[in-house]
Amino acid sequence: MQRRTRLATAALLTVATLGLAGCTSGGGNNNGGDATKAHGPITIWYSNNEQEVSWGKAMVQAWNSAHPKEKIKGQEVPAGKSTEEVIGAAITAGTTPCLVFNNLPAATGQFQKQGGLVDLSNFPGANNYIESRSGKKVADQYKSSDGDFYQMPWKSNPVMIFYNKDIFAKAGLDPDNPKLSTYADFLDTAKQIVSSGAAKYAIYPSPTSEFFQPNFDFLPLYAAESNGTSIIENDKATIDSQAGLDVATFWKSIYSNNLAGKEPVQSDAFASGTSAMAIVGPWAIPVYKKINWGSVPVPTKNGTSADKTYTFPDAKNIGMYTSCKNQGTAWDVLKFATSKAQDGKLLETTGQMPIRTDLPTTFADYFTKNPAYKEFANQSARTVDDPTGPNTIATLQDLRNFYTKSVISGQGNLKSDLAQAAKKMTSEWNRK
Amino acid sequence: MSATTGSARQSGAGPGTGRRADAAGATRRSGTGPRHPLNIRIFGRNPLGWLFSAPYLVFVIAIFAYPLGFAIYMSFFDYFFAAPGAHVNRPFVGFENFVQVFQDPQVLQSFVNVGVFLVINVPLTVVLSLVLATALNKVVRARTFLRVSYYVPYVTASVAVVGVWLFLFSHDGLVNQILGPLAPHPSWLSNAALAMPTIAIFVTWKQLGFYILLYLAALQNVPNELYESAATDGAGRVRAFFSVTVPGVRPATVLVLLLSTVVGANLFTEPYLLTGGGGPNGASASPVLVMYQQGIEQGHPGYAAAIGIVLVIGVLIIAWLQNRFAGGRES
Repeated sequence: MQRRTRLATAALLTVATLGLAGCTSGGGNNNGGDATKAHGPITIWYSNNEQEVSWGKAMVQAWNSAHPKEKIKGQEVPAGKSTEEVIGAAITAGTTPCLVFNNLPAATGQFQKQGGLVDLSNFPGANNYIESRSGKKVADQYKSSDGDFYQMPWKSNPVMIFYNKDIFAKAGLDPDNPKLSTYADFLDTAKQIVSSGAAKYAIYPSPTSEFFQPNFDFLPLYAAESNGTSIIENDKATIDSQAGLDVATFWKSIYSNNLAGKEPVQSDAFASGTSAMAIVGPWAIPVYKKINWGSVPVPTKNGTSADKTYTFPDAKNIGMYTSCKNQGTAWDVLKFATSKAQDGKLLETTGQMPIRTDLPTTFADYFTKNPAYKEFANQSARTVDDPTGPNTIATLQDLRNFYTKSVISGQGNLKSDLAQAAKKMTSEWNRK
Repeated sequence: MSATTGSARQSGAGPGTGRRADAAGATRRSGTGPRHPLNIRIFGRNPLGWLFSAPYLVFVIAIFAYPLGFAIYMSFFDYFFAAPGAHVNRPFVGFENFVQVFQDPQVLQSFVNVGVFLVINVPLTVVLSLVLATALNKVVRARTFLRVSYYVPYVTASVAVVGVWLFLFSHDGLVNQILGPLAPHPSWLSNAALAMPTIAIFVTWKQLGFYILLYLAALQNVPNELYESAATDGAGRVRAFFSVTVPGVRPATVLVLLLSTVVGANLFTEPYLLTGGGGPNGASASPVLVMYQQGIEQGHPGYAAAIGIVLVIGVLIIAWLQNRFAGGRES
């Protein structure tokens, strides 16, 4: 019996070893020259929100009717904890579609490291196409460290401060000219809202610990305060600066004065009137149509005019994946979907901003008919996204860990914790 | 009673049999005895048994053994998941990942957190499920209704139940409204000292139905005669519970201890959903949540695997101690 057990164990180990050996073997990369010229049917994924599904279906139909031999099969991103998790798993399994119209810039470096993304710069004229559509400065922040594009900058939702005019009026504040441009004014306004009982909280950014949460509290204000500085520049964290300290101090004051909630909420605090303000992009316009709202740029320490204020773009880009056999068609579809005509349809259907130069003038008619979107369009020219690299998510998580401890919970010494967080972020960013 | 039976069974038909076994063993060791054919040596006298157990064996290899072996392999490399056929570099790093596990404050805190969780959850689970099972065993009316009532939270999706608990334990939730001025500040789930105990109580409540069923099954094997004898000797209900019920369901207690420890050590969904990713400030982050962040979100599965291996070893040690001290010994 013992002998049989030993034999069974040996057989098990052999199977496991062979399996492991199989997992480590390499092969050819699909990102070869032939695939980039191949044409034929392709599959694409797009986001599952109602407006984007509507745009995606129309775009696919428009392409398919003109290209019967290179048809697109469009579908929503499969369900999962997050789109990034789904894409990451699909890359490993080799089941990614040709194009995903929902790439989070922060995850792109990781997908590239996994060998999942096609280098778009290899297509003839690609760099020129991307830079002329998006503007070189904006496009550059989506470049990989090797100087190539592994994502096509597509659309943004530049975030601003939404405020509830009725709550402001109830608090005795001027709803048409709210004092929200400087930190001091913002704090005074927030205190007035809460002390008057007009709303339980002035603002309610999610206080949870996920890596992407800094995009909706720290980063927009840091982009504005630092006049367009990324949290990582030249492979070094930049937040250990006066701008970083000012932003962290501002948010710490908000939390220590109980002007923002510290626990996760299930419902939308702005929609329910629990908070008077929210940091949101233009997607919020149809969502909050029952609220009498106004919007202003995010505050800075001394106040910055709207036409000079930077913010976080909350962008989603397009990625082409190495499992794609007909990359020639995929590249053509990518250009078709980001053409001026399709960008106009995207804007009309979703209210989200195509990452294009001179957006307000390119689609002037739309913004005349929909003035609420015009400020977001103006804002989209001045945005700072998450840095692109293989360790972006880990770096953002470090930033979040610092923020939840030192800013939301108010523990420790803010200045020294900020310096320590910057050191850790630099170390994580450069982790091999 | 059982010890006597066991002893008799072990001694077989008497000393003579034992001597024959010794002699046979000596023959095998000397290697001079008759050798069986190779197929019998490999597959035994009943090779059909392998066929019957093959489905489960394949299941164990595919679902448990292979992933565990692969996790051990990954933990010694700077491993990351890559596209099929992609040429990527995953250097061997020896014990570097394990060294990092013991130096990473976030990971160490998560182990402390799960320790707090187990200290609350495991004893509470054992005590409550045993007491409730004993009570349910005696209930005559509405027995099925009560059993189902305890079982419902166990079979309900965590996501749905978490929603109810957020409603109960939020700052303006029902619990705080009842407590009034006694409500903690910050509230339960945003309080670093209370977040993990609250999760432990939540998980205890959610899993209780399953463990009650285990105890109910075990209680059916405790002979009524023992209770009658205890009553004859003047034992009351409490005395009978400690002297008859508790020792009578000891094997079930060991099982409940082991299962609740293993399930508790794998805590993920509750901190992920209930406290928004292990908050506040990492106070409710569990090792598995950190593994998820490192391995899936941040692209460091080699490091995540090392955390997992350390967790497995820790759980094995705890399980061995539980079995050693709570399991008793059959002599």
